[in-house]
Amino acid sequence: MTISNIIFIIVFLGALAFFGFKVKQIIANIKLGKAENRFDRKSERLKTMLRVALGQSKMRARPIAAILHMFIYVAFMITQIELIEIIIDGATGSHRIFQPMLGGLYTFTISLIEVLSLLALVATIAFLSRRNLIKLPRFVKSEMNGWPKLDGNIILYLEFVLVICIFTMNGADEVLHVRSGHESYGFAISSWMGPMFFGGMETTTLIILERVGWWGHIIMVLTFLCYLPFSKHLHIIWAFPNTYFSKLRPMGQFTNMESVTNEVKLMMDPNADPYAVPAVDPDAVPQKFGAKDVEDLSWVNILNAYTCTECGRCTSECPANITGKKLSPRKIMMDVRDRAEEVGAGKRKEGDKFNDGKSLLGDFITEEEIWACTSCNACVQACPVNIDPLEIIMDLRRYLVMEESKMPSELATMNTNIENNQAPWQFSPSDRFKWKDEA
Amino acid sequence: MGELRVPTMAELAAKGQQPDVLFWVGCAGSFDDRAKKITKALVKILNKCDVNFAVLGAEESCTGDPAKRAGNEFLFQMQAMMNIQVLDGYEIKKIVTACPHCFNTLKNEYPGLGGKYEVIHHTQLIQDLFDSGKLTVEGGTFKGKKITFHDPCYLGRANGVYEAPREILSKLDAELVEMKRCKAKGLCCGAGGAQMFKEAEKGDKEINVERTEEALKTNPNIIATGCPFCNTMMTDGVKNFNKENDVQVLDIAEMIANAADL
Repeated sequence: MTISNIIFIIVFLGALAFFGFKVKQIIANIKLGKAENRFDRKSERLKTMLRVALGQSKMRARPIAAILHMFIYVAFMITQIELIEIIIDGATGSHRIFQPMLGGLYTFTISLIEVLSLLALVATIAFLSRRNLIKLPRFVKSEMNGWPKLDGNIILYLEFVLVICIFTMNGADEVLHVRSGHESYGFAISSWMGPMFFGGMETTTLIILERVGWWGHIIMVLTFLCYLPFSKHLHIIWAFPNTYFSKLRPMGQFTNMESVTNEVKLMMDPNADPYAVPAVDPDAVPQKFGAKDVEDLSWVNILNAYTCTECGRCTSECPANITGKKLSPRKIMMDVRDRAEEVGAGKRKEGDKFNDGKSLLGDFITEEEIWACTSCNACVQACPVNIDPLEIIMDLRRYLVMEESKMPSELATMNTNIENNQAPWQFSPSDRFKWKDEA
Repeated sequence: MGELRVPTMAELAAKGQQPDVLFWVGCAGSFDDRAKKITKALVKILNKCDVNFAVLGAEESCTGDPAKRAGNEFLFQMQAMMNIQVLDGYEIKKIVTACPHCFNTLKNEYPGLGGKYEVIHHTQLIQDLFDSGKLTVEGGTFKGKKITFHDPCYLGRANGVYEAPREILSKLDAELVEMKRCKAKGLCCGAGGAQMFKEAEKGDKEINVERTEEALKTNPNIIATGCPFCNTMMTDGVKNFNKENDVQVLDIAEMIANAADL
């Protein structure tokens, strides 16, 4: 074992450990949310995951983006095979350990990876230009200012460098391989591109270049791995559980709050004793109706937030946002994630007594935003990974209305009308059937 | 036009009869002058096809949809449980409604509170009447007209009903043109989520104006809807563009009743 093998093992395991540590924190943050049973209908859930996450069925709505995204997605998936080889080579000092074992299949696999990498490079350049040159409206909305914009670009820069490293590695290796008396590797791109770019170079330079490509590749991958937990790019992992646990009910069906059902039943039960002392559970935490902060949301809502890759399809389809209102479903998801990070970090530091005097509703999301929603489900429909911003908006409304009695005055009037007149308008309930006799 | 035959549940129950389907009229259909016309058009169709139906009349009450969407779960569940008591008291099995909001609430949100019924939208019922041959129309005044259909969110996206309204419209010998945003991608009219009952939040455009603009781009003679709230929003939108003399906003039930000379 050489010194470079040892360095490799340390760097590799270090990156893996760091990633695991951060993922554990994120899972703890997701668990800040309230329990919700999304463990039923397993085969339906599995099918949804395979269709939407693996099969990317909802990406089809925007075909150009879908094809470009597919290049990067497939390239990423297939490259994992090469990555296994790189890890073994790195740890043991072998060189292309799979080549003798797999023979023609090896040539095919690496060739496939090369073709996909080239397509991924094209996609990366297209994506960078959409964000920075064409400035596609959904990428330049106000919630994308600052870090989210940089984050989106960093991922693409990393991808760009990664692909360049792959071709440098394979290209230089091809020339070295042939120079040492072997037959060409026969890889689809590097076997002709390698000699073209590197053919005239000194052998010592080529050895360095090959190593730079090799190390550059693996370091990019590990950097990417460590960067992921801080990035919107986490969707590559969370998209799978997120689609698995996504809502299977019709989009229009909102949850009926059980806590409310109990109260209403008691209210409507003629046999209920109004003076009865309720059974007191000393450990019971006082129930809050609706959500003020991330801990009042369901864990699914927070998983949704960590899955969001800020593509903005939701916002670009939102009728409120299209007509200039403050609401942006993407911002709702980003706010939930930012707040979950903040609360999670605080709780790890100070324990359950953590209180920074802030809350999701108010400090992150304003009332104006949530009252702009028409509950039309366009955002839910648009999300390629089945995120549901509407559920969160509804829970925030519920808190405002049921805990703080805060709502636009017209809605207060509407509620009063429903209570008194059984209709949202101020008509007499006895006039409800008058339409029949009107001309 | 003959007298509308609209039996109430109370009347039928007194005679020991049970209708095949309850027509849930909804608040808009009962009180809103424009929506009442839709209600009557549907009754004409039901009468014409001899559908054995009844209404609750004054015993009907708001489903609680706008309260729920506005965050008032208490009020929603109070309304729901009262309605379920009434519906179960009459042993209702099947409900038809011309309001997608009532449709969604009755169909999806009442079962969890104990109210389990087969609920259909009036466009689905009309389609059934066509399919079973009970109802036939010729294009009539709609022949050759250009019609665009606005998908109500709570019918389309919320419940996946896209085809029934379109199939019915195809019976009218008219030209059905789709807006750019239609079906699953249909743009809301701006009324959902209790927005109907409040001023819109600050923005640079009204949602119904945005949607009507899109509808008008198809150069339609008629904007068809299947929701009394969408109807109001689109009608206001058409007025906003001073097109009320050129473009009609009609519910599908009205169009069918008209085409069937009812």
